Amino acid sequence: MPYEAVIGLEIHAQLLTTTKIFCGCETAFGAPPNTHVCPVCLGFPGALPMLNQRAVEYAIRAALALGCTVHPTSVFARTNYFYPDLPKGYQISQYDRPLATGGQLTWQDGEREVHVGITRIHMEEDAGKSLHEGFGDSSMSSYIDLNRAGVPLIEIVSEPDLRSAADAGQFFARLRAILVALGINDGNMEEGSLRCDANVSVRPWGTTTFGTKTEIKNVNSFRYLEKAIDYEIHRHCDLVMRGERIVQETRLFDSASGHTFSMRSKEDAHDYRYFPEPDLPPLTITAAWVADVARTLPELPDARRARFISEYALPPYDAAWLTQSMAMASYFEAVARATKNPKASSNWVMGELARLMKERGHEIEQVPVSADALAGLIGLIDAGRISGSIAKGVLEKMYADGRSAEVIVDQDGLARIDDEGAVLVAVQGVLAVNADAAADYRAGKTKSFGFLVGQVMKASGGKANPALVNAVLKRELGG
Amino acid sequence: MGAHATARDIRQQIVDGATSAEATCEAALAAIREGDATIGAFLHVDAAGALDAARAIDARSDKASLPLAGVPVAVKDNICTAGVRTTAGSRMLDTFVPPYDATVVTRLRAAGAVIVGKTNCDEFAMGSSTENSAYFPTKNPWDVTRTPGGSSGGSAAAVAAGFSPIALGSDTGGSVRQPAAFCGVVGLKPTYGRVSRYGLIAFGSSLDQVGTFGQTVHDAALLYDVIAGPDAFDSTASSHPVSPTVAQLDRPLGPVRLGVPRAMLAEGVEADVRAAFDAALEAWRSAGAELVDIDLPHAPHAIPVYYLVAPAEASSNLARYDGVRYGFRAAVGPRDSLEAMYERTRDAGFGAEVKRRILIGTYVLSAGYYDAFYLKAQQVRTLIRDDYTRAFEGVDAIVMPTTPSAAFRLGERVDHPLQMYLNDVFTVSANLAGVPAVSVPCGLTAERLPVGVQVVGPAFAEGRILQIAHALESRMPTMTR
Repeated sequence: MPYEAVIGLEIHAQLLTTTKIFCGCETAFGAPPNTHVCPVCLGFPGALPMLNQRAVEYAIRAALALGCTVHPTSVFARTNYFYPDLPKGYQISQYDRPLATGGQLTWQDGEREVHVGITRIHMEEDAGKSLHEGFGDSSMSSYIDLNRAGVPLIEIVSEPDLRSAADAGQFFARLRAILVALGINDGNMEEGSLRCDANVSVRPWGTTTFGTKTEIKNVNSFRYLEKAIDYEIHRHCDLVMRGERIVQETRLFDSASGHTFSMRSKEDAHDYRYFPEPDLPPLTITAAWVADVARTLPELPDARRARFISEYALPPYDAAWLTQSMAMASYFEAVARATKNPKASSNWVMGELARLMKERGHEIEQVPVSADALAGLIGLIDAGRISGSIAKGVLEKMYADGRSAEVIVDQDGLARIDDEGAVLVAVQGVLAVNADAAADYRAGKTKSFGFLVGQVMKASGGKANPALVNAVLKRELGG
Repeated sequence: MGAHATARDIRQQIVDGATSAEATCEAALAAIREGDATIGAFLHVDAAGALDAARAIDARSDKASLPLAGVPVAVKDNICTAGVRTTAGSRMLDTFVPPYDATVVTRLRAAGAVIVGKTNCDEFAMGSSTENSAYFPTKNPWDVTRTPGGSSGGSAAAVAAGFSPIALGSDTGGSVRQPAAFCGVVGLKPTYGRVSRYGLIAFGSSLDQVGTFGQTVHDAALLYDVIAGPDAFDSTASSHPVSPTVAQLDRPLGPVRLGVPRAMLAEGVEADVRAAFDAALEAWRSAGAELVDIDLPHAPHAIPVYYLVAPAEASSNLARYDGVRYGFRAAVGPRDSLEAMYERTRDAGFGAEVKRRILIGTYVLSAGYYDAFYLKAQQVRTLIRDDYTRAFEGVDAIVMPTTPSAAFRLGERVDHPLQMYLNDVFTVSANLAGVPAVSVPCGLTAERLPVGVQVVGPAFAEGRILQIAHALESRMPTMTR
């Protein structure tokens, strides 16, 4: 009997506010432990939360970008549990009345349209960080860093609409691109500012009831997410086919073995004793506020991709590649506008520039060649001042020492040779040492022509105007 | 009515230069040194801090602009004071020194008040006798074999004993009004949200409100005027504009209708309390008030609702006392688990009543019980609030005894928590409804114990209920111990 997987994701995204959700402490990552703290985020007696309005605005942005309904009234609730990195003994979150519900994320995969519903988006505070390793006394002690406690998060919950690990990976990647484009999340999974849990179950093809699900917690890369889900789907199918029961539980993914393992079963699940947070009045969001936020929404990746295809006549592949990140898309667009040659611009960005970035491990934000500088290089090619192959070397030099293409071409003598006399000298030199090839050509072996052109180009250091080389060579061979 | 100098007079003498804030402070400290060994009103006396503050007031040339210039104030120990130990009457916070002032304390200091010390209370404000303090019980200055009431018993006793003319307390279900009644002083619980809770150690967040004690209505109003108003550190603090209540006290009362919830008084009220209450009604009538019988149909449910909602919130509010970051931590060895640390810390750090309420609260919030207990209680709470809203359409205020009996004996109810809870029958509704209420002395029992009468008003009607209380006060004979 064939089985189908049913997958839903829960994504926690840290909002890029400068201060925490309920106090004025900074959110910046990487500060010395326990320095971005105050009575409020430390849960001191008598301290009270004050909601950061910017965090609400960012959550509304996410809700609008995902087509959700933003509710005029939502309610904060307490999620009660004991853990040393949870200072108050409860997390302030939203429970039965979330900020927004009922959105979707849709994309095209070849001929297939993938449609994933968004169940809800709610706001909450992050917990601190427990450090169990890396200290001299780690066998006996754990350390706690509360800098992260109270950092604003949104939790985005998808409907169980995903049917494969690959689609789940796509969904997560697209959601990440949207959150980054909105300027509300930095997309940094290593630092934990974007985290994903996956709910996985399987059921016989054609049935509509859900199988018993397991939850895979905190998977922090696209690749691991897909591997973890695939592993889990196979594990479920094996169990079901052997007639065994699937235990509803929370599991963790071990990237070393590629396996998931049980963290806790439903029987030891927390009773969170949710109740409305009495320290915060219900969150009221007016239609005017939502409209204001809607006006400030940037162009989202999907819209930009479509526009790149229509406005710049780019192939869909190029448009998709370039719109993976907001910064990359903006860089390309600046190059294309300056050169008025979109296809050449996309070729250079996706080709040589991407290669150099990869070699150096750079993100587009770190690339030392500005969009204007790259446009200058493409301008030189388009004007016929240098050849494409010379240009590759010029770009490497630009990347390495920051000089402009113009300066490099002048200083390093890389301009194209258009002087017929100079080309003739090179042609004659090549023919003198390649008499056999010349004879072959005259005997009708036209293939030799290409070889001879190559020799002339080589002799000129790649700088000779290829059209001129062709013409002069033809004339000399014919003469 | 008071036997000791009032805050109003003390301030005037300091502003006029008849005495100094330092001399006033010395006198208060001396009174505490002399008398508090018997009463036990204070958990900690901050003599050095108080004298420094008093001298700083004396050095100022703008004393006339300070509503509490040089006035000694006692502060309940569940209100945070920067640099001064704040225990909330619990072992759990035995060593806790807050790095910040509660908003009300900031406002006291700005008004020129001199904080003399922190007063005893039931642990985390849970109790009606101050016997649940982890340290010692406070005694009633009228009869030291009796309780001063609670949970703000230390503050009420400090004012009654003349240790400080005014004091701050907190009132979650009657914790200001009941001890005020037992100690023969005035106690005001403002409208929920009228006074910032920032720095008030939370018990039941939707019920807690900082309140004021004075020997006179005027003094309680004076202190209230200093602490009331919006606060950028408390989202539940109302932005409703504040108007000073002191100025309203001596204005003509005008036509006033007072509602009397007869059904609530039918049983359980001691005869002497009933007699004092009837005398108060007569006094009001002679002041021109019209008395109207009213019905608060859901009032009988107030106690059970309160004892579900308050413990539910408390069970969550007290989760932070886990031994991890501050306060008490039980001794644990390197091989002991995290759970062992939590269990031993909370077992040794909390007293019996606090544990009882944490257990009740945890239970009523649990999956499967939430709807039947917590949710149902909140629904009934709405009905109780609606009762008050409806009643206030016909009357300016509702009057009733503050407590069904006068001060009971120390130890009498310690082992009978339900009997202790029933003492709150007239006070909890105001917290559930979020409305203001003031308890004002209205006579003595045959055993010469004070009786209090309560004036409950609509939200933000502090000025009006204080005015009504003042009209009674000015018609009552002075009560002396």
